[in-house]
Amino acid sequence: MSYETLFLFKLYLIAAPLLFVIGIYAVITTKNIIAMIIGLEIMTKGVTILLAAAGYFNGRPHLAEPLIITMIVVEVVVLTVSAGYIINITKKHNSLDVAHIKNLKD
Amino acid sequence: MEFGVNNSTLHTAVKLQTAGEYVDTTLMHILLLALAVICSVFAVVRTRVIRAAIILAVLSVIVTLILFLLKTPLAAIFELSVCAGLITVIFISVIGLTNPLTREERCEERENMFKKFVLLPIVVIVCAAAFYMLTWGVDFVPVPITDAADITDKAALWHGRQMDLLGQIIIILAGVFGVVVLFKDTKGDDDK
Repeated sequence: MSYETLFLFKLYLIAAPLLFVIGIYAVITTKNIIAMIIGLEIMTKGVTILLAAAGYFNGRPHLAEPLIITMIVVEVVVLTVSAGYIINITKKHNSLDVAHIKNLKD
Repeated sequence: MEFGVNNSTLHTAVKLQTAGEYVDTTLMHILLLALAVICSVFAVVRTRVIRAAIILAVLSVIVTLILFLLKTPLAAIFELSVCAGLITVIFISVIGLTNPLTREERCEERENMFKKFVLLPIVVIVCAAAFYMLTWGVDFVPVPITDAADITDKAALWHGRQMDLLGQIIIILAGVFGVVVLFKDTKGDDDK
């Protein structure tokens, strides 16, 4: 195995979890619901890159492809449903701030 | 009747292969990964959500390029069309349909900007150092020994993943029903 391949492998092992951490940070620190969903998207991007890198460095990228496609489908569905929730919540509470949404059961 | 590849086609193929080899360098991987991290940081520290949505679209394009480099073109095309296209449209529609931040909320956001601008790069640097330390001892890329997984792209996508496809269909249906239920216009909404 060449030094270059090992270097790239380590680079992906560092960068992909880093994207995940940035996404978690966004979800934790912000109070805006849309910004939270954007954080979730960033986390998904990190997982996508890690899956593709796993396939590439194993020499079998075609096995990672269906998993990535499945994940993208799940991502879109989650986003669409959460978009519906956001619009409904905003209609009811007139704010995107989660601090103002105290009575979700109403 | 001629069989085989004609000279010009072969020439183009050789040219494309050379271009691919030229593009697929370590520097490109480093550059794209760095851009992805920078874009995600900018998407988090933004003041306006619409800008964050647009930066997220740019991040999707960068991820597409990374997927092309990692030899997963089908996933790359999905990423580009769905994540950079459809998801951005959904985000912008949601932002358009909901009310923008009030003046108080925006002032609060600006107060928190300092915390975000300073704290996030520190978190990123500390985590990068931690992950670097974790990968310090890795001196080989783990490769499975069995050859059972050596199947073609088409077989992997359509024949080896029946349960995945079934799961995807169920998830899409769940999403459709979720949207139908959530967007249903009830009579009581306007009164409240």
